[in-house]
Amino acid sequence: MLFLRRLVQMALILLGVAAITFVLLYALPADPARMIAGRSATAQTVANIRRELGLDQSLPVQFWSYLSNLLQGNLGRSYAQKTEVATLIMARLPATLTLMFSGIVVEVMLGLTLGTIAAVRRGGFVDRLVMMASFVGVSAPQFVVALLLLYVFAATLGWFPMSGYGTFSHVVLPAATLGVLGAGWYARMVRSAMIDVLNQDYVRTARAKGLSSRRITFRHALPNAVLPVIAMIGIDIGQFMGGVVVVEAVYGWPGIGQLAWQAIQQVDIPIIMGVTLTSALAIILGNLVADLIAPVIDPRIRTR
Amino acid sequence: MRVMKELLRQPVALFGILIVLTVVIAALAAPMIAPFDPDNQMFDGLSLEGAPLPPGGPFLLGTDTLGRDLFSRLLYGARTSLIIGLVANGVAVTIGLFVGIVAGYVRGFFGTLLMRFTDLMMAFPALLLAIVLAALLRPSLWIVAMVIALVNWVQVARIVYTETRGLVERDFIMAERSLGAGHGRILFLHILPHLMPTAIVWGTLGIATTVLLEATLSFLGIGVQPPQPSWGNIIFESQSYFQAAPWLVFFPGAIILLTALSFNLVGDALRDILDPTQRGRG
Amino acid sequence: MFKRWLRNTTVATMVAIAPVGTMSAMAQGAPQQGGDIVVTYKDDITTLDPAIGYDWVNWSMIKSLYSRLMDYEPGTPNPVPSLAESFEVAPDGLTYTFKLRKGVKFSNGREVVASDVKYSIERAVDPETQGPGAGFFGAINGFEDVTGGKSTTLSGIETPDAGTVVFELSRPDATFLHVLAINFASVVPKEAVEAAGGDFGKSPVGSGTFTLKEWTIGQRLVFEKNPAYYVKNVPHIDKFTVEVGQEPLVALLRLQKGEVDIAGDGIPPAKFLEIKNSPDGAQIIVDGAQLHTGYITLNTKMKPFDNVKVRQALNMAVNKERVARILNGRATPANQPLPPLMPGYDKSFTGYAYDVAKAKALLAEAGFADGFETVLYSTNTDPQPRIAQAIQQDLAAIGVKAEIRALAQANVIAAGGTEGEAPMIWSGGMAWIADFPDASNFYGPILGCAGAVQGGWNWSWYCNKDLDARAVAADSMSDPAKAAERTATWGKVFTDIMADAPWVPVINERRVVAKSLRMGGADNIYIDPTRVINYDAIFVKQ
Repeated sequence: MLFLRRLVQMALILLGVAAITFVLLYALPADPARMIAGRSATAQTVANIRRELGLDQSLPVQFWSYLSNLLQGNLGRSYAQKTEVATLIMARLPATLTLMFSGIVVEVMLGLTLGTIAAVRRGGFVDRLVMMASFVGVSAPQFVVALLLLYVFAATLGWFPMSGYGTFSHVVLPAATLGVLGAGWYARMVRSAMIDVLNQDYVRTARAKGLSSRRITFRHALPNAVLPVIAMIGIDIGQFMGGVVVVEAVYGWPGIGQLAWQAIQQVDIPIIMGVTLTSALAIILGNLVADLIAPVIDPRIRTR
Repeated sequence: MRVMKELLRQPVALFGILIVLTVVIAALAAPMIAPFDPDNQMFDGLSLEGAPLPPGGPFLLGTDTLGRDLFSRLLYGARTSLIIGLVANGVAVTIGLFVGIVAGYVRGFFGTLLMRFTDLMMAFPALLLAIVLAALLRPSLWIVAMVIALVNWVQVARIVYTETRGLVERDFIMAERSLGAGHGRILFLHILPHLMPTAIVWGTLGIATTVLLEATLSFLGIGVQPPQPSWGNIIFESQSYFQAAPWLVFFPGAIILLTALSFNLVGDALRDILDPTQRGRG
Repeated sequence: MFKRWLRNTTVATMVAIAPVGTMSAMAQGAPQQGGDIVVTYKDDITTLDPAIGYDWVNWSMIKSLYSRLMDYEPGTPNPVPSLAESFEVAPDGLTYTFKLRKGVKFSNGREVVASDVKYSIERAVDPETQGPGAGFFGAINGFEDVTGGKSTTLSGIETPDAGTVVFELSRPDATFLHVLAINFASVVPKEAVEAAGGDFGKSPVGSGTFTLKEWTIGQRLVFEKNPAYYVKNVPHIDKFTVEVGQEPLVALLRLQKGEVDIAGDGIPPAKFLEIKNSPDGAQIIVDGAQLHTGYITLNTKMKPFDNVKVRQALNMAVNKERVARILNGRATPANQPLPPLMPGYDKSFTGYAYDVAKAKALLAEAGFADGFETVLYSTNTDPQPRIAQAIQQDLAAIGVKAEIRALAQANVIAAGGTEGEAPMIWSGGMAWIADFPDASNFYGPILGCAGAVQGGWNWSWYCNKDLDARAVAADSMSDPAKAAERTATWGKVFTDIMADAPWVPVINERRVVAKSLRMGGADNIYIDPTRVINYDAIFVKQ
């Protein structure tokens, strides 16, 4: 029952996103029919194109037809390419998902490692260093770091290809860019979760009894950090969708970010709608995961 | 004042505050410190072949692709970035506070509706929304600030909502209510002050995010209008020169990093101080 | 002698001409056969449907995928028969009869016949196709009915037999042969279009020099040579792979390493000097003129630009040499609307020289001794905002304070086409490049009265009825004997426009392409005025 309610809420949110985006795009001064018609078109051609695309109809009518198509699973056709939007998105989605997944893997691995070290050596120099590093990561402008990594590791040292998609070595630099910058959040979360445990009485007792530090760290403290990390991943997925635009641009990664960017330049409304809805879906799903895990971590949080 | 003392005691926070102060002073004093007019495209600012000059001579940090002094532009850029940071963040926090408090206090149908709306806004891919809005409106300093604010208020609202919910349940509020205190009084005299720490913390942390977001938007070409310099659009204009003229990317990038970092450090330290439950958890 | 005769006529007699291929052999160096090459672009290829495709990137590919009745000699603006073996034009200029080559096959195996030609052009004009090129065929009988939605067939195209196509025009059109050589006139097979279910662009079938073997959206396209092409030894390369999503800077770095053969987006300004000065620079850089003019439009319907003195003053205020320098010398200052390569260009015309004092004086004469404030629009892709800033500084020197609005291209276009909205627009990034090498193409949409409408491209809203009349007269001179006179008439139209100065012509930008050391061929096939990159003519040095 609860699940059904969640589902309905999700659907309503998606509907809201669709409506707001549609209205925003409709209100733009830029004219998609003009963009398609190009510069040498006669007024008649432009008018014809506008009619063919249904752009001469009122906003509610246009939105209604978009919606009815959407409910049948049809995201429409790109204005500029005439290709189905679903085809374009599906062609590029795997690349973005790969990037997202790899980025998260790097973030989590790095975050777990750094956070554990910091928690174990709490208060010491290493702790401060790690925390500082995590702040730096979070504060750095993505595009500068991406350019830097590209220049140093790909262009100058030649360890990795400069752009492209397909093999493991292609994914290293983009994933590293995302991962290094985002690891900070995870590191801090892991650290605080572990410190929570390490402060507990039963841990002190265990230590007094002679249990090795390592055993305590790995068998008791670390598992405590897993759930918050998973919750964080949920939220992260949502952030990623927007954040990959820059990384995809710098590394020439054939993902949705590039698709969205080009579509915005060309005022290709169906594609913009499609990408926005896809991203919104990802965010909602990610939040859902995080929300479902939250009560498990902290029973004090009442489920709404 | 206790806050100030506590803050100054932590070396990391101290470092952050120093940087923040330096940036703010530099921004305020830009007209006095800047050796050149930031918009002046100087004939001598380019080499004979038309390439930007590296740091040295009269140009402390070099020149950009139009022959303008980088140091002066960075100084004025600080103004732009800080203004946007303050304005955007201020607006975001205000909206977030308002929505969060009302939703948390009122509860019931209206409250749930507000939070659902917040969820809706949260479901928007933030950067995409910012790109669409900024690319398709007429970007100016204020539009950019508004766009960033529209994207950032949601986080604040969520946190404020949760806190308000918690506060409302507390005994002293119920006591006030039973004494007959009106809603306004409760909201302003009791709830709002408790939320101030949260607002301050998020406000400070938010500046870092807005500086970064503004830089990213400018990098994508949809930020502050030229010739007005912002740290982001300096990099935008010079991005393909990162091999030929790395100072044009490195210096602005480093400044963005330092500024965002400092605000983050200060905000985090503030959180440690103002919210005891968070202390020691880093 | 032979070449000049060809160039100056719009052909009145039957011309049986040697296949296009041997023409390229007459150019420099003997091309060798074979080789696979890699081409890179930043933007994804939108479509390969000839009725729809209209951008820089897909223009060359569409040219090579399909064949058309007419085509151009490689690297020149001279139209010659291609799919047509021969043609003749009636003396009144209203009937064109084409005889098709025999034995030309589509890549699906079927032979190309006259009905395919008719179908393809009707498709390009049909509103349902949403093609940008419909207007080019305006002279064909029945055009109004089709664009008006009253009919789906053009009465002006007849196919008396499988090898003959006859065009009946409603008026003499001196550009008609160019129109039949433009991409929109490419021949496509009806069954393939219908089988593609609305997206023929992603699964193209043509009868050109190459066929599309593979398309991985967002990543790469692979084109393979058509071994059965009707001209021997054309094309020269076996295969070319187009990789998309590549940053120009990265593409260049890869080119220097030998991974990429042609960097389609050219050389970013940052690398230009470095490459130019490198030992291989001369061979890597291909620098060629295009039919391009970059200009500032002055909105003649908005004050104070309705005053011709103000417009003239602005013409004298812009330091065009400096703009050329910002582009690393890849542009030359312009003083008239037509680019140097265009027939009709007047070499002796001097236009308005850069003279700040005189500009200020003129402004004072017009009543603006203290200058005025205005707005300058530009697109937001580098280097356009920088050029706009350079112009802004020049204008400030004579007292004109211009605020810059650097917007997305779609917004600038929308602003330009709205009456009373955009006082000045720097056309960089959207500058006019001719669809085909004829002066009339530089007039209608951008300087003619027909373009000065809501949503039009005549952003200076300039409408001179007298010049319009002269333009129409020039275009109906389709008699080849009058070709020289026609060119001269056009030339005069444009230089006369400069007296009114609705524009500030700033630069003629050259196109720069980077090719790897193993690529051979003259420069003008890498910057072909009608094809952009001429995939048919390039070859690999073995």
